[in-house]
Amino acid sequence: MGQLGLELQKPGKISLIGMVMKMVYANGNGGKSIIMEIRDLKKVFNGTVVAVDGVTFDVYEGEIFGFLGPNGAGKTTTISVLTTLLRPTSGTATVCGFDLLKAPNEVRKRIGVVPQEYTADEDLTGYENIIFCADLYGIPRRISRERADELLKLVELESAKDRKVDTYSGGMRRRLELACGLINHPRILFLDEPTLGLDVQTRAAVWKYIRRLREEYGMTLFLTTHYLEEADSLCDRIAIIDRGKIVKIGSPKELKDSLGGDVIELGVQEENDDLAPLISTVKHVKEVRRTAPSEYRIKSEVGEVTAPMIIDALRSKGYRVSKISLTRPTLDQVYLELTGRSIREENGDRMQAMRQRMIMRRARG
Amino acid sequence: MSGLSAAEANPMRQADGTQVPEAKFNSTIISSSPYHGLWALTNRELKKWYKNPVILLISLIQPVLWLGLFGKAMNFGAIFTEGGLNIPGLNIPKEVINQLGSMLMLNVFGTSDYFSFLAVGMLSFIIIFTAMFSGMSIVWDRRLGTLNKVMSTPVARGSIVISKILSSVIRSLVQAAIILVLAVLLGMNTSSMTALGVVGAFTSLALLSFGFSAVFLMLALRSTNQNTQMAIVNLLNLPLLFGSNALFPANLMPEWLQAFVRVNPISYATDIGRQLLLGAQGMGTLAFDFAFLTAFAAVSSTVGILLSWRFLTK
Repeated sequence: MGQLGLELQKPGKISLIGMVMKMVYANGNGGKSIIMEIRDLKKVFNGTVVAVDGVTFDVYEGEIFGFLGPNGAGKTTTISVLTTLLRPTSGTATVCGFDLLKAPNEVRKRIGVVPQEYTADEDLTGYENIIFCADLYGIPRRISRERADELLKLVELESAKDRKVDTYSGGMRRRLELACGLINHPRILFLDEPTLGLDVQTRAAVWKYIRRLREEYGMTLFLTTHYLEEADSLCDRIAIIDRGKIVKIGSPKELKDSLGGDVIELGVQEENDDLAPLISTVKHVKEVRRTAPSEYRIKSEVGEVTAPMIIDALRSKGYRVSKISLTRPTLDQVYLELTGRSIREENGDRMQAMRQRMIMRRARG
Repeated sequence: MSGLSAAEANPMRQADGTQVPEAKFNSTIISSSPYHGLWALTNRELKKWYKNPVILLISLIQPVLWLGLFGKAMNFGAIFTEGGLNIPGLNIPKEVINQLGSMLMLNVFGTSDYFSFLAVGMLSFIIIFTAMFSGMSIVWDRRLGTLNKVMSTPVARGSIVISKILSSVIRSLVQAAIILVLAVLLGMNTSSMTALGVVGAFTSLALLSFGFSAVFLMLALRSTNQNTQMAIVNLLNLPLLFGSNALFPANLMPEWLQAFVRVNPISYATDIGRQLLLGAQGMGTLAFDFAFLTAFAAVSSTVGILLSWRFLTK
């Protein structure tokens, strides 16, 4: 994190969010304490398959930390190690102040897990499923009843609590999983692909619950996702993981800023003059390229401010602007830049796998 | 003064940066007993079973059919009495034939009717069949991610395994009790049945179930595919059943098969059942039978729990 702070202090690279980030994180973690410390964590399967290849990062108390990466990047393996399901091949990790290998049970007591799959028992009701989870933590019935009601209310499943889970829709089941993961009031909640296989509306609803959780319980959230918009709108910080390695960590804004800012594409009516020198004198403009005789591609960190200023500058010299467009950098572009691949290409087989799982469940019932 | 402000700035945070304040989390609520989730896990398995009476009924059909078809149709008693023993030219008195027949039955089966003999065998049969499928649920739990979910909670790893065995034992004992009641209704000989005898017989069935459930759970642990488990069950069920005294007495079998029958735990549970429920002559003393079964249950469950514990903490 210190490294990031340094980077932010470079003149000219400070954006508004960056300033806030600096205040929050850079001053020796002042105010924010580390809740998870991962050092050079490695997981090798069968001696040959390197799933996680030496990742190092910190997670701060109260933040939403996202692991973003394509299928097979090592996201689920990392979560499995951090939730004590798998032993790391090498490296260390401290979760809630306890070493993963030395005190796994202390870790388990303090974390909640919402797995990728629908793990609730279909033959039982929603309420019974939550009480079952509570019993696994050894929570006395008096308290677990109270909490179950409270959590069912939180995820808006009160009216369906006495129905068997096999009558639930995908979104309801996801919400039930959320409630189950919260029964021990965890300090960190791990969510593995919380919106996988959900339609856009349900996905937005799940985001709403996740945000509400943070507000109401002040807990730390660690989630993996391959939805860029999800990482962008939900996470305070994102680690982009590719082939078992973290390629970049930062806030969504920082990651996007690392691309060099917004892109303004400009068309003018005059074809003969090269206007690049003129445009580059405008404030905030970082880079100008003439892509065609009458077209320019301009990079600026604050595109919405720069664009009108460019138009003014050109008009004052008598040039006429025929078209202008502003493109904000997306995490997809960041991802593409860092890994050389677009994350959207990777999504198809994921949905396939999910569908397969659903069919499996039907076969069982 | 300076010490105070440092503490205020970072409450409970230590120099190594690992200790963080416990905000909403209250560790005292969470039980520290190593067995806290055992009943919850067992009850989950049982709930699926008793909440679905169709499955219970279907699982009872097969042993009842065996009882009806084998026990009633294969009327060994009739072969040696009136109808069966009729030699032309020799006029043997009816009483003699009947006497001979029941002597034969008693010598061969240890009891005077085959139906009662088989009924006790069927008790072991239902135990074995239930135990064989004890592993299936862990295969499912793994495929659906439920196992991972459970393992991310502080529930003891041993409890996960023991709960599967326990639920299988409870299920199979209830089924055996139903079979026994049905057998009595269908005409099983109850003349030498005592309450203590029934308790003893069910103790032996519990030991048998415990041991076999552990064995099949062990086999299932490694497989992620329920078809593998089905194949194993199909491969083993008939040899285990016919290689025991459940259907036919061991002393009339060929030597090599007898050797197998004598190491097959099913034989000992059946032997205890016949001695205690029918007052039949057994192939060994009750003490030896119980010792063998106890050893079997202890060894297989210990190995099963150790293996699966190792496997679950990979």
